[in-house]
Amino acid sequence: MNITVFKGGVHPDYHKEVTATMAVTPMKAPLTVVIPLQQHIGAPCEPLEGIEVGAQVKMGQKIADSSGFVSAPIHASVSGTIKEIGPYNHPLGRPVQSITIESDGEEKWDEQIKPAGNLDDLSAEDIRKLVREAGIVGLGGATFPAHVKLSPPPEKKIDIVVINGAECEPYLSADHRVMLEKPEEIVFGLKAMIKALGAEKAVIGIEDNKSDAIRVLEQVTAEDENISVAKLHTKYPQGAEKMLIQVTTGRKVPSGGLPLDVGIVNHNVGTAVAVSKAIKEGKPLIERVVTVTGSGINRPANLLVRIGTLVSEVIDHCGGLKDNTLKLIVGGPMMGLAQPNANLPIIKGTSGILALTDEDVYLAERAPCIRCAKCVEACPVTLMPTMIAQAAEHTLYSRAEKLHALDCFECGCCSYSCPSKIPLTQLIRIAKAEIMKAKKK
Amino acid sequence: MDKKLVVSSSPHIRTIDSVQSVMTDVLIALFPAALMAVLLFGYKALLTMLISVVTAMVVEALWLRKRDLFSDGSAAVTGLLFAMVLPPAPPWWLVVIGAASSIIIGKQVYGGIGYNIFNPALVGRAIVVMSWGTRMVGPIWPQPQPFAFTTDISAVTMATALAGQQEALSYSYANYFIGTIPGCLGETSALALLLGGAWLYYKGHIDWRIPGGFIGTVFLFGLLFGGGFYGGSFGTGLFHVLAGGVMIGAIYMATDMVTTPVTTTGKLIFGIGCGLITMLIRLWGSMPEGVTFAILIMNGLTPIIDNFTIPQQFGGVKKSA
Ligand code: SF4
Ligand code: SF4
Repeated sequence: MNITVFKGGVHPDYHKEVTATMAVTPMKAPLTVVIPLQQHIGAPCEPLEGIEVGAQVKMGQKIADSSGFVSAPIHASVSGTIKEIGPYNHPLGRPVQSITIESDGEEKWDEQIKPAGNLDDLSAEDIRKLVREAGIVGLGGATFPAHVKLSPPPEKKIDIVVINGAECEPYLSADHRVMLEKPEEIVFGLKAMIKALGAEKAVIGIEDNKSDAIRVLEQVTAEDENISVAKLHTKYPQGAEKMLIQVTTGRKVPSGGLPLDVGIVNHNVGTAVAVSKAIKEGKPLIERVVTVTGSGINRPANLLVRIGTLVSEVIDHCGGLKDNTLKLIVGGPMMGLAQPNANLPIIKGTSGILALTDEDVYLAERAPCIRCAKCVEACPVTLMPTMIAQAAEHTLYSRAEKLHALDCFECGCCSYSCPSKIPLTQLIRIAKAEIMKAKKK
Repeated sequence: MDKKLVVSSSPHIRTIDSVQSVMTDVLIALFPAALMAVLLFGYKALLTMLISVVTAMVVEALWLRKRDLFSDGSAAVTGLLFAMVLPPAPPWWLVVIGAASSIIIGKQVYGGIGYNIFNPALVGRAIVVMSWGTRMVGPIWPQPQPFAFTTDISAVTMATALAGQQEALSYSYANYFIGTIPGCLGETSALALLLGGAWLYYKGHIDWRIPGGFIGTVFLFGLLFGGGFYGGSFGTGLFHVLAGGVMIGAIYMATDMVTTPVTTTGKLIFGIGCGLITMLIRLWGSMPEGVTFAILIMNGLTPIIDNFTIPQQFGGVKKSA
């Protein structure tokens, strides 16, 4: 199946070749893990009864949950003793309540963990429950609780499941490796999603710079008439849900709307694998694949890492940072978050650890806008980044709102393409925050 | 792990394009036309371009109190473009005054690069046309003398092909296309200008809608209302495209980023507007050529055009008014 392209977008240097051919290797569980109680969009979790300093926990044991619907429980990623419950650094930049567990090194699984049985015997409701209890969130980085997306309101009929294998962020290769190494699990997880949603078919969208993954998934899905693989022309931000849905199905998610408004639910390939694991083995989400790469990393790798492992330990495992490293980013270079230090944990949404040296970090010296319209051409949601940013700089937030600043999903294309190096995305982000603030009043 | 890390907002990578690289690309794009000017008009053309570029760079550096003459390259672009729309051998003081006006009145008084409303080179041209009209319009145009580098071309002068039908008919399509016709220093060779335009398009610095709208409209007007004197209506349309400043205007002046719309639709409107005004002046106005004023007028309308052509956001619905 060959598909259209979306409007706008950019073609940054991908640098994926560094890690694309490296098989995922498990990193040994660390001696201590720090597990934040908020690793998803939605209500933060509270420690369960009995989860207190000094308590013993098993691997995979649920240690925190929330009564909110939009939330996902949290599990121990090692067996051992709880050492501390308190605020700890978090990728979002502010400390978050976290549970520190000291491992006993025994890797004892919680006894209650057992396979959930055959997919044919499970009802849609069973699948949703299993996904929720396994604490699965969107592993592409969005971290939206997966079970919520599998529970659309009854008036919204979902007919297509779109699976995101685009991995459009430069440098990252975690999803690429997952597609090569776990294609059966992806398809199994996908079938569970189709069943939970009562959908008719599914599309797996993969960019054509990962042709090996396209081939593998085509082979694995050859027998399944309702599952197709879409080969996408590589362009950032292909994996953004609105773009991906447009190129794979031709449907346009309305401004301010959700995929389910056009009958679609989308999930990441990694999420599909997690769903498969939750059903086949009954195991919750306690580890994930992380690409550790960039010019500042001595030995780049794709690692299977326990949730709660400190970034500093992951970096040490990869030979440490080069001396001229200037930036440490959790996530990809376009949307990831720069960190002041490596003393923070890997969480469910961490798809990459990226270290950039002074050669790759552009310390922008800003010039006036030359009205070249490159930002306008790059914006995938057809906004006018230069106008919104200008409004933001003059604190004209109502004008920014009229220019649909809230439709900006902060993909970074405008900032990326600006020859004057104006921090457009950042300015628009400020405008969005101010608009939301004004709305709440 | 006690390195000094930079924390800033995403995205963390940026294009290698800069204002300087964009301006350098424009200079590269003007190279064929500049070379052609020297081949056709000899050393005088070279001198004119040098004086103009150096004046523009020096005046800008003095104004901004910068030591770096080339800096972001925009002054050099303005200087070269200004030279290109001068007669091939004007007096040196006219070049100096015009180039300096381009930078000061065309650009710096508005706040410098990015803030000016009108195309600086055309502001410079408009100023010298109004101040020293007899040196800029009329039968003052030297005859091109290919490959005669050391010849002083100012001896023999004539009118341009736009002056009347008789003048127009004295040149073939080949003359117009290659540029062996009297006219401004850099405007005569459609071939050279198209080559540079292709480079700008390839580098993504111009949108086809401006030159397309401009040239298309000129052609259409020439075809419909040109009187068909040059090889029928079609030929007359083509004549209007190739003669005078339409090519250089459409490809280099009307595509100046700062002074033209940023919206995609706006660019098309801008191009069509330029073509329309050019032809109104040429066919029914009192002057033989109208490109300069067409572009300047459309420059003035640019903010309005931008405001009325903001696109619908992705997945948005038009509000019924
Ligand atoms: S960051 Fe926002 S405004 Fe900029 S290109 Fe992306 S969606 Fe458009
Ligand atoms: S890309 Fe930068 S310089 Fe160009 S129009 Fe946008 S903000 Fe202005």
